[in-house]
Amino acid sequence: MVETLLLAAALSSVAVTLAIVGILVAESIPFFRAVPLGTFLTDTQWMPLFSEPRYGILPLVCGTLVTTGVALLVAVPVGTIAAVYLSEYAPHRVREWVKPMLELLSAVPTVVYGYFALLFVTPALQRVLPDLPGFNMLSAGLVIGVMIVPYISSLSEDAMRAVPVHLREGAYALGSTRLQTALGVVMPSAFSGIAAAYVLGISRAIGETMVVAIAAGMQPTMTWDPTQPAATITAYIVQVSLGDLPHDSIGYQTIFAAGLTLMLMTLSFNVAGHILRKRFREVY
Amino acid sequence: MTAALAAVRAGITRRRRLDLAFAAVGVCALALGLLTLGALLWDLGADGAGRLSWDFLTSFPSRHAEKAGILSAWVGTALVMLVTACAAVPLGVGAGVYLEEYAPKNRFTELIEVNIANLAGVPSVVYGLMALGLFVYRFGFGQSVLTAGLTLALLILPIVITATREAIRAIPGHLREAAFALGATRWETTRDHVVPYSLGGILTGVIIGLSRAIGESAPLVTIGALAFIAFLPPAPVKAAAPFLSFEWLMSPFTVLPIQMFNWVSRPQAPFHLNAAGAGLVLLTMTLAMNGAAIWLRYRFRKRIKW
Repeated sequence: MVETLLLAAALSSVAVTLAIVGILVAESIPFFRAVPLGTFLTDTQWMPLFSEPRYGILPLVCGTLVTTGVALLVAVPVGTIAAVYLSEYAPHRVREWVKPMLELLSAVPTVVYGYFALLFVTPALQRVLPDLPGFNMLSAGLVIGVMIVPYISSLSEDAMRAVPVHLREGAYALGSTRLQTALGVVMPSAFSGIAAAYVLGISRAIGETMVVAIAAGMQPTMTWDPTQPAATITAYIVQVSLGDLPHDSIGYQTIFAAGLTLMLMTLSFNVAGHILRKRFREVY
Repeated sequence: MTAALAAVRAGITRRRRLDLAFAAVGVCALALGLLTLGALLWDLGADGAGRLSWDFLTSFPSRHAEKAGILSAWVGTALVMLVTACAAVPLGVGAGVYLEEYAPKNRFTELIEVNIANLAGVPSVVYGLMALGLFVYRFGFGQSVLTAGLTLALLILPIVITATREAIRAIPGHLREAAFALGATRWETTRDHVVPYSLGGILTGVIIGLSRAIGESAPLVTIGALAFIAFLPPAPVKAAAPFLSFEWLMSPFTVLPIQMFNWVSRPQAPFHLNAAGAGLVLLTMTLAMNGAAIWLRYRFRKRIKW
């Protein structure tokens, strides 16, 4: 009896997955009946609410990739270096204090980060780049980057700390410095965990919504230039949700098609991460 | 000979310098993270502290920035969190207990585990789309407190499950064996020993999950909750019998992050100050919850020695 109830609770997580996939697919089907998949994937304009609508997802994918790219340029080096420092260099007390403080970065609500990007980072960047528009992907990407540092640093550090001490001692005994030990012994051994941390960071950056919706602008523009405003997939979903679209309209269906694309993007990164982890897992 | 020795010495010096240089870079990386956090707090505080007052907490939003407040927002946040906790705690803890104490080791269990790991990577806005299709339209819950609470509950389910499992896994097997040896059933062992001993860890996970939910706005915007709400949901307690009312579950609502988003997306600067004020209240809540979780974790780790 109790076991059945507990099993039902465990199965609820499977039900959530089925509901997500089911709803996204079911609500996108009418959209893909109206718009051929080829057009959706190759057209370079996204204007679904215009009188002459165009349904090319590429501008939104492009915006998502640019903000994610900027975010990773910040988060990967900073997160990795912070993890190596905390794991291999920092004294115990420093780690005990700094790690939770760094994790607070990921606890700040994303809408607060959006405020920060729009009203602090963008004006600050405009002092260096006077031509920077008020909405731009650069400041949104930078802020997302800082936001996901703790995901990368905490998980990578856990992976590095799980490397047995005797491997480090072997390296030290051969005369390695801490840096050589970290780069030559610890990081390769912890590679699968570090890869998992990167993958989580990438999924977070791709799926981040409020920062881009607030600070990167909502115009779907096909550009690789981060100093320009452009909408991401997530920002588009927010933009449509702000309006009041009737349930059966194609505008309503576009957000599910966009959501399905987003889901497939994060899923492909997660699968890639899973394969990486399996291939490079070290067993001691 | 001496030339070779000098070369080796130079090599050692160089490697030592590199090592120290990296230590400096590492400190810079940490400082970048912490300074950003500091700049964010300072920026928000400088803009929003002036707006914090009793009136701000007890006024409804308004077209006039200086008269607007966050009453409907914080009441909405409290009610939504109540629903979220009521849904996520039993489901999450139940699932965690099942996976650790009952589940057989087979492909089916593995499937559930992989599924939970994948759910944790699903973007929050996708949960919003699911809720829009399922709760709002198919179940007919509308854009209500109930829809919002359930959506956020599903969103934090993986966090609660993972925290429960980790807390339970830390309990040594011999405690269970002792209970079994005295004739306790698996459920009695779980109820009287395993769950009570892991309560600290479970509570930490629940608080972390709720602090994530309290700041989420994307899924709630997606279900269409960005409305101008200048009224409170019906009170849950009534003067007449049956005293309890659940009308508030179906009421339209707004929450703090959505109110903040609403204000920050307006072009007028006075509304930005309101946004900063709402952000300060929101940030205080999330940081307090995280602080409580860190403290709880630290306390329980220190006290229990098996």
